Amino acid sequence: MMDGGMVTTAQALVRFVGVQKTYDGEHLVVKNLDLDIKKGEFVTLLGPSGSGKTTTLMMLAGFEVPTHGEIYLADRPIKNMPPHKRDIGMVFQNYALFPHLTIEENVAFPLTVRKMPRSEVKERVRSALRMIKLENLAHRHPGQLSGGQQQRVALARALVFNPQLVLMDEPLGALDKRLREHMQLEIKQLHETMGITVVYVTHDQSEALTMSDRIAVFNDGIVQQIDKPDALYERPVNSFVANFIGENNVLSGTVENIEQGFCRVALAAGGSVVAQAVNIAGAGAATALSVRPERISILTDGQAPDGMNALPAQVQDTIYLGDHALAVLKVAGNGEFMVKLPPGAHAGLSHGQSVSIGFRPEDCRALDPV
Amino acid sequence: MTAAFVAGADASSEVPLKRRLKRAERTRRLKALALILPLLLFLLFTFLGPIAGMLWRSVDDWEVRQVMPHTVAALADWDGKDVPGEPAFAALAGDIRTARDAGTVAIASKRLNYALNGFRTIMSGTARNLKALPEPGTAKDTLIGINPAWGERATWAAIKGASGPLTSFYLLGALDLTRNLDGAIVAAPEEQAIYRDVFGRTFTISLGVTVLCLILGFPVAYMLATLPTGQSNVLMIFVLLPFWTSLLVRTCAWIVVLQSEGIVNDSLRWIGLIDEPLRLIYNRFGVYVAMTHVLLPFMILPLYSSMRSISPAYMRAAASLGASPVTAFLRIYLPQTVPGIGAGSLLVFILAIGYYITPALVGGAADQMISYFIAFYTTETVNWGLASALGAVLLLATLLLAVVYGKLVHGQQVTGGMKN
Repeated sequence: MMDGGMVTTAQALVRFVGVQKTYDGEHLVVKNLDLDIKKGEFVTLLGPSGSGKTTTLMMLAGFEVPTHGEIYLADRPIKNMPPHKRDIGMVFQNYALFPHLTIEENVAFPLTVRKMPRSEVKERVRSALRMIKLENLAHRHPGQLSGGQQQRVALARALVFNPQLVLMDEPLGALDKRLREHMQLEIKQLHETMGITVVYVTHDQSEALTMSDRIAVFNDGIVQQIDKPDALYERPVNSFVANFIGENNVLSGTVENIEQGFCRVALAAGGSVVAQAVNIAGAGAATALSVRPERISILTDGQAPDGMNALPAQVQDTIYLGDHALAVLKVAGNGEFMVKLPPGAHAGLSHGQSVSIGFRPEDCRALDPV
Repeated sequence: MTAAFVAGADASSEVPLKRRLKRAERTRRLKALALILPLLLFLLFTFLGPIAGMLWRSVDDWEVRQVMPHTVAALADWDGKDVPGEPAFAALAGDIRTARDAGTVAIASKRLNYALNGFRTIMSGTARNLKALPEPGTAKDTLIGINPAWGERATWAAIKGASGPLTSFYLLGALDLTRNLDGAIVAAPEEQAIYRDVFGRTFTISLGVTVLCLILGFPVAYMLATLPTGQSNVLMIFVLLPFWTSLLVRTCAWIVVLQSEGIVNDSLRWIGLIDEPLRLIYNRFGVYVAMTHVLLPFMILPLYSSMRSISPAYMRAAASLGASPVTAFLRIYLPQTVPGIGAGSLLVFILAIGYYITPALVGGAADQMISYFIAFYTTETVNWGLASALGAVLLLATLLLAVVYGKLVHGQQVTGGMKN
């Protein structure tokens, strides 16, 4: 496991140990997954569709059985435990509120199947509806509620029986942007005030960065990196993560030499830069350099300070975005090289103009070739 | 956009907007009406017309009124307490003579015979023996002389009862009721009281077939709804196959399968389970088997369509919330199929109570349903009144059911059960 991914067994609420899953007996959808989730943690499984994140969640919920390996929940193996005995609350993509029951009955459902006394059910449902601020809609049916309201009800229903773990499968996917952002904060607050453990699946990286304690980036059935949001953004360990999380500029080249964690890379289009040696095979190996747009400056006098990488560039376009601006440059053969500028700074740039860009070696990471 | 629209409205403000909208809509509505007009006329002539005619015939009482108008008039003020006086007899004698010449005695006597068994003989005998109109004042004695039945109150009550223009005689008869001499509604004599039994049998068989269809159809519909499309399409062909086969062929196939020398009995004997052939057909068992087979698709299709709309996510959600598969089925899945169960059951039940061919072919004498008797009265004895009355009672029962069903489904919709 990558740094930050290790949790001692005693703390882990959920542990995936060597879990594999195949549907057709030929391709592994999940390849050898090891993942520990601490009690009280908000962990997001992030990745493109088909990366295995949803399958992982379904195995945890009990709707899919691992082909190999074991899953532990509170130190008990649950591979063969049916879903209704796992005590895991789940929020589904399209809410899955029971259409023939009222909001109140929906929220009461997990309590009544547990044969809880009626008075306690009533009390808990009331406080759950108060929590999501929908007390006045208790007797409506799901079809009469807006998407955001339905989502809140689904949340309340998944939380009302105090499950030891709550799973969320792209719960905000069907909402519009503004509502989605609002709900992100609401879920985050619920997580903090109730101290629940959440496993959240999304393909939206900004959602993952906003909400999570840790993010596991999935691709091709493998966890590429699991880390805190800032570490994931600042210190991606491979090209997939660097490209998937946030904007990324890629320059390909060949490693010339490695020295004290840094390497000199000859760019394919000519010139060379110094970069952090993160994920390279050694001298002579191909590499993809990753530089974030906001770590690059346009050098007005064409001279880079000592130790800074400098490269010639040609302005392709400028994009004004209100709080900042982007310059699209052509650098070392890459015509989509983005540089983030303070607002207004794009005014001095025009199409076809030649400029120089500079970035520090610490901000340039030499990763596996794409 | 809005400004331009308002300006446009102002330009031709002579005609109010509402009226212009109506005018614009009218052409479209007329076109739509023209398109459905052929169907509307077809329905009117082949469906609504015959039904109205049937309802009318179940209360219409024209025979005696037409053949014996003077007798009917003479009896208009009769209190029914005693044999009527001389004028009535004179009118009767006159009517019988006229009817005899016109050859219409049989029409009236057939109707009167329904009301009083043996009336046909009284009428034909009287018509034959009444050589000439009796002298004034002697009509009563003459007629009683020909047939003493004319001296009985019941004979005259039968004529009075059949003198129309409307009668409850057939409708009461269809419910095993009749009127006694004093006009009070009483139970029909035991040997004539069969229709309540037949209605009861019709509803019992229909209910049984509906329940059997539901029990057999539910799992099939579930399978159709949950299997992958390719496999469910193949299965669907098997469900629909009976639709493409003639009802008569399917029913006769059951005779081949179930008769004492049929496949089932031969197989059972070959295995050695039985020595004597089982009686599987020409009894209630055969009726249930054949009718259930014929009506099963009508149950499966509505069930299937309601199950198709139930997302598998609901069952998953129920499981994740702690419901065992049985609880999840009973509390989440089953309630959502209720509209399908209701529609399928109603369809099967209503089709079943009108069944005629199948019970006639594979049932015994005691398994004939109400349609058999309706057909019997229309084609064999030509008693349109009773046939129509039986049909009217059946129609009423069916309508009642449809209304109850509509109320139930509507209630569900009001509470949002059909939403999402």
